[in-house]
Amino acid sequence: MDNAGGMTETAVHVRGLVKRYGGTPVVNGLDLDIAHGEVFALLGPNGAGKTTTVEILEGYRDRDSGTVSVLGEDPGKAGRSWRSRIGIVAQTASDAAELTVREVVGHFATTYPRHRDPDAVIDGVGLGEHARKRVGRLSGGQRRRVDVALGIIGDPDLLFLDEPTTGFDPEARVQFWQLIRQLSMEGTTIVLTTHYLDEVEALANRVAVIARGQMKVVGDPATLGDRANAGAVVSWRENGRLMETETASPDQFVAELVRRNAGNVPGLSVQRPSLEDVYLQLIGEDTSTSAYRRESA
Amino acid sequence: MTTQAPRVRQTRPAPPNPIKVGVARASIELKQFFRERDAVVFTFSLPVVLLVLLAGIFSDPVEKTGVEASQIFAASMIAAGIMSATFVSLGTGIAQDRDDGTLKRLRGTPTPMTSYFIGKILMVLVVSFAEVVVLLAVGKGLFDLKLPTDVTSWLTFAWVFVLGVIACALLGIAISSVPRSAKSASAVIMLPFIGLQFISGVLTNPISALSSPLVEIGSVFPLKWMAQGFRSVFLPDSMTFQEVAGSWELGRMALILAAWCVGGLVLCLLTFRWKNGRQG
Repeated sequence: MDNAGGMTETAVHVRGLVKRYGGTPVVNGLDLDIAHGEVFALLGPNGAGKTTTVEILEGYRDRDSGTVSVLGEDPGKAGRSWRSRIGIVAQTASDAAELTVREVVGHFATTYPRHRDPDAVIDGVGLGEHARKRVGRLSGGQRRRVDVALGIIGDPDLLFLDEPTTGFDPEARVQFWQLIRQLSMEGTTIVLTTHYLDEVEALANRVAVIARGQMKVVGDPATLGDRANAGAVVSWRENGRLMETETASPDQFVAELVRRNAGNVPGLSVQRPSLEDVYLQLIGEDTSTSAYRRESA
Repeated sequence: MTTQAPRVRQTRPAPPNPIKVGVARASIELKQFFRERDAVVFTFSLPVVLLVLLAGIFSDPVEKTGVEASQIFAASMIAAGIMSATFVSLGTGIAQDRDDGTLKRLRGTPTPMTSYFIGKILMVLVVSFAEVVVLLAVGKGLFDLKLPTDVTSWLTFAWVFVLGVIACALLGIAISSVPRSAKSASAVIMLPFIGLQFISGVLTNPISALSSPLVEIGSVFPLKWMAQGFRSVFLPDSMTFQEVAGSWELGRMALILAAWCVGGLVLCLLTFRWKNGRQG
């Protein structure tokens, strides 16, 4: 997938990406491949180079060295046709406050060569009943959904989502996940940056952890850091007491336990490391996690 | 790790014509402008308030001319009104677009920057026109401003208006890059606006009474020439004795305003920033 002809095979292809601010590398030799149709999540503590990487992929920032191909083009040089194939939901926009939701979504629709139906998109992000409200009068979570609507109105082949559900209530998040799954089913490639690990587990086919400007690990969220095979904690009740054992092969241990207790093991549970455990361990190797813990709390 | 088969996508048509997108932008720019009541009041009221105060205070007739000072102020103030609707509203408006994410959003979509500027220029043309109508109504209603009846005067009016709007709009786009954030924008932009009104013969009358260094500085910028142009339209030719050169200098005026249109464009291209001082 990542050979020289990879440009047509992959939606995003990055090799040896370097970006320095005042001599200090923020992104330091990063490699990345994202296949067409994937939902790909990028995780990493603040300052890890995540946002810088995504902004280079979006064409907002230039790079110091490395090759970058997004939908077969260099984002630093790509023109309007390329921009009509991507959608961006960036952080912290407060524009268009005086326009109604319908006006702003309707306007942006006309600026694309091909677009989705504005009313359907507004309904899709759950703003149907607010379509005639001014954007400036919406709540933070509703405002964010306008950003999502504008990100998908041009029917993108590739959608960048930068912390899209910040400020959403739990119900809105689940609705939003449904929308992302729908887009993914229709073939849209999605690059998701988030601090919510449950969001990664709910949506992503693959997840990458970035720390200190480099890729720490890439994989299936379910098996990241070999957590499917990592040691597990088996706990059960015996004679009214809670028993707990850490084991590298929980299946054998449980089989033995069941045999010994003649098939009756009350309170039996097997706990593998969670995605959060794996993530914290990965970034804990070289950076403080306090900032992350605060944000994800 | 492989997912659903990507949708087979038809090739997309070419992105829409930048002029069409620019006209669509003008429509949402106008909606945004007129719905933001503070900006509307600010843009429209300052020249009107200044006119009413000045013309009210200095209403004496100019000796042996049959023209009242208030009529002179009313004519000159049209130039300041245009500068308010263009230079001030674009200077502050674009600084705000830079802060609130409007420009960042546009850069991530197929809207070309040409369309953004077409939208802004069309917007300020409409706002300037409305501003001029308000000032003419106030001038005629309260201060007996004489509307010309000959075609030549209205033609002069038309070209001074168009060149003045374009020159001041481009200077507004250029100055929008000076303030570090939208918060400091109006302070940065009001200073040259008010200062130029004093040395361009808008707040001071007649301009020939100013010391010559001030007149020379004022003569560099478009406002002086626009004010002079509107005086030539609304005042009798007998009033030229109050001008610095003793005549309306229409040819020179056209050259200088046209030069500002070109120079302003170059200045915009050289200085325009997409990001504010805090964004990396």
